[in-house]
Amino acid sequence: MRLKTILITFFISSFFGLNSFCENPSSNLEKDGDIRERYKKFKNHHLMDNHMFVLTHDIAFPLPVILYTDGELDVFMSSNLYDNHHKPVVFEINGRAYKVDGHEHIKEVGSNLSLIDFSITKNVVFILICFVLMILMFVKMARSYKHNSLPKGIGRLIEPIIIYIRDDIARPNIGEKKYKRYMSFLLTIFFFIWIVNLFGMTPLGSNVTNNIAVTASLAVLTYLITTFTANKNYWGHIFWMPGVPTPMKIILAPIELLGTIIKPFSLMIRLYANMTAGHVVLMSILGLIFIFQNWLGGTLSFGLAFALSLLELLVCALQAYIFTMLSALYFGGAVEEHH
Amino acid sequence: MEIPAIVGGGLVVIGAGIGIGRIGGSALEAMARQPELTGKIQTVMLIAAALIEGIGFAALFAL
Repeated sequence: MRLKTILITFFISSFFGLNSFCENPSSNLEKDGDIRERYKKFKNHHLMDNHMFVLTHDIAFPLPVILYTDGELDVFMSSNLYDNHHKPVVFEINGRAYKVDGHEHIKEVGSNLSLIDFSITKNVVFILICFVLMILMFVKMARSYKHNSLPKGIGRLIEPIIIYIRDDIARPNIGEKKYKRYMSFLLTIFFFIWIVNLFGMTPLGSNVTNNIAVTASLAVLTYLITTFTANKNYWGHIFWMPGVPTPMKIILAPIELLGTIIKPFSLMIRLYANMTAGHVVLMSILGLIFIFQNWLGGTLSFGLAFALSLLELLVCALQAYIFTMLSALYFGGAVEEHH
Repeated sequence: MEIPAIVGGGLVVIGAGIGIGRIGGSALEAMARQPELTGKIQTVMLIAAALIEGIGFAALFAL
């Protein structure tokens, strides 16, 4: 019953969300500039990480800004950096002046000091939400198994997925003996990417995996685990490939060494580019409304956007699956025994 | 005459499209012949498609 209420609320709110996508650029249509340029700006802004959590045109939440400048910490709320119309303004604290530039990066405007930005941005907020959600979900699920072995509640939805990851991803790719070491990482990375991608499909305006830094850190984790759990066979195959003539061994070593870096790099690019492409196409199709400005364009755009949203829901799960699958494949290569 | 970089990007996308199309077609044929192997074929198909896609995206990012 409670789940049904949540689902209905979610469905209705997603409709309002599509509206809020549309309202923003059209609100003062005749006031300034070409509508295409303005929509393009709006779209590009949506794809960036933000220091404000902007829900609609009127509702926005400030987020804490934490800056490390010149060996000192400056902590303030991001509402100080914007005026009432979301235009960036200069804010002074502890004798230093900060302003947000066109790429939503905070810059020191007084004497161009270099700074390190530890701010809780919109992406960080959604990562934290995902973190809390996952802890609640999995701790509750794990507790329910103490009393009986049948899944209860959320476990009924998630248990088949976990068993799929264990039996169809980890076991065949890593091997019967060693897959258990990697299960926690594979499960975490699958559910993290999946949940975070699904947040991107809600009208909250989240786009965590559209940030290359997020996907890069996920790929670096895979790289570190592959490197530090690899056995001597793996390194043997990289530096001194068995079974080929000696000149070939010398040629192959740098190529194989490069390959170890290219693998996580392609993981990073694939996730980032797929999710960004999805968002760009969806936003562009919604933008047809403002270019046509008649009933035909609106209907066409809404229909296409609806179909594409369904496709994106599939892509969300598929990208999480592929990241997990390829990570498992790389781990399997690292621990393979001599044959 | 200088060829713009976007032409190269287009060529890469054509190549990646052909590649993914061939993978899909071959997988379909294989599944039609041996329906009992559908699960395994799908897994391998997705991995191969993802690898090709990676190359396509890498080329687009080099633009």
